[in-house]
Amino acid sequence: MTALIAIFRRELQAYFATPLAYVFSVVFLFVNGIFTFYVGQFFSRGQADLVSFFTFHPWLYLFFVPAVAMRLWAEERKSGTIELLLTLPVGIGAAVLGKFLAAWVFIGLALTGTLPLWLTVNWLGSPDNGVILAGYLGSFLMAGAYLAIGGCLSAITANQVIAFVVAVLVCFLFTVSGAPMVMSFFTGWAPQVLVDAIASFSFLTHFTGIVNGVIDLRDLIYFLSVMALWLFATAVIVDLKKAS
Amino acid sequence: MTALVSLQTVTRDFGSLRAVDRVSFEVRKGEVLGFLGPNGAGKSTTMKMITGFLTPSAGSITVCGHDVVREGLRARREIGYLPEGAPAYGDMTPLAFLGFVAEVRGLAGSTRMAALERAIRLARIGEVVEQRIETLSKGFKRRVGLAQAILHDPPVLVLDEPTDGLDPNQKHEVRSLIQEMSAHKAIIISTHILEEVEAVCSRAIIIAHGRVLAEGHPEGEGWQFGEVYAEPGRLDAAFRRITQEAHPGASPLSGDATEVEDEAGDAA
Repeated sequence: MTALIAIFRRELQAYFATPLAYVFSVVFLFVNGIFTFYVGQFFSRGQADLVSFFTFHPWLYLFFVPAVAMRLWAEERKSGTIELLLTLPVGIGAAVLGKFLAAWVFIGLALTGTLPLWLTVNWLGSPDNGVILAGYLGSFLMAGAYLAIGGCLSAITANQVIAFVVAVLVCFLFTVSGAPMVMSFFTGWAPQVLVDAIASFSFLTHFTGIVNGVIDLRDLIYFLSVMALWLFATAVIVDLKKAS
Repeated sequence: MTALVSLQTVTRDFGSLRAVDRVSFEVRKGEVLGFLGPNGAGKSTTMKMITGFLTPSAGSITVCGHDVVREGLRARREIGYLPEGAPAYGDMTPLAFLGFVAEVRGLAGSTRMAALERAIRLARIGEVVEQRIETLSKGFKRRVGLAQAILHDPPVLVLDEPTDGLDPNQKHEVRSLIQEMSAHKAIIISTHILEEVEAVCSRAIIIAHGRVLAEGHPEGEGWQFGEVYAEPGRLDAAFRRITQEAHPGASPLSGDATEVEDEAGDAA
């Protein structure tokens, strides 16, 4: 446990030791603003809610989260520090979890940078704050799921660019499987069970539910199990690929 | 006295390549074992298995009585390891880096402070502890790695080319440090600098193509490797004779082993 905390702290500090944290946060907030206000038409919708803000999160995370995740293991492998880390008295599970949690908290911090938006809608009108809170929870959980995927793919290669590109692709598949475009392609000819199954794999399906204020236990379990599964795969891959 | 490190017919394959082939040896407290061999002989692979980074394909390794595979965490607690190239987190300062390693190793409070202070003093990195590691010279980086290895004062030290990249004075300092610590530890160092063996080792193993070719110890003024006797300062000749006899025709020396070939004398 102390090892896990030590790794968590080191990783989190590493984000702020380089310009990465600042560049990432600023760009993330900036792009979030553009989508919320221009694309999402925050003002002309005339509603005191953050739907136009959350709607774009799956698509923003598609690029931002793999950018954070790509360095998780690829960098350790490239610089050789993976040998140092894994010959310390640390279990692989603790190393994987410590690194993941640090990156997740980092993304969470970037997300809290959007809180002024929440204050703004409260100032402009009287939104349902429960729904907004649910939106933040869903957004954070979804980011964790993207991160677990990206981290796992980062463990496969020592090349961060490859890790990023493949992670974006896999995250994209996990996202679009519930998009209306894909769904309409299947509905009509495929059995409803199959359509539902494909949709149930999608981050969109589960995220939309939470953002609308319905915190369904199944959606929470979905995101948590996606994370658990990919983290487990990460541990296996790190263990197997130590040598290469 | 029982051995602190014990390898029994340890083998490691990478695909069809056998990197380490049935290597067995023991290291006791107070011994400094020199691990000699041409590049690619299997020195680093063996060290990676002792420290638990790689798993042996066959055979077993124990460190302080703990099997490195089945009781990995316990074994790794007893080891200080300087991996090849002395990797460290470049974005950290040596002080933060050593603090991190201490924390992972469960050192806390005043014990931790004392351990940091001692390691920084012994490795002589006091003047750079506040600089980022990536800005340090090769010699300082190596010594930061060394400080990390001796931080918890472990009974077993595994040092992969500890003096590589150091200038002659620094080499001398590191060798003195190894000698100072040797009385209470079992130390394994790998090197392809033969004078280092004479300077610090109490025993040496020559390994090539993954196999142990000869084991040597100081005898009189020089070193005895099985049948081959090496006069003082003439270890290189013995080394070449042993490694080339094993693989006639093929030069076992490659890459930066030229420093060994310089000044080559006749077979001892």
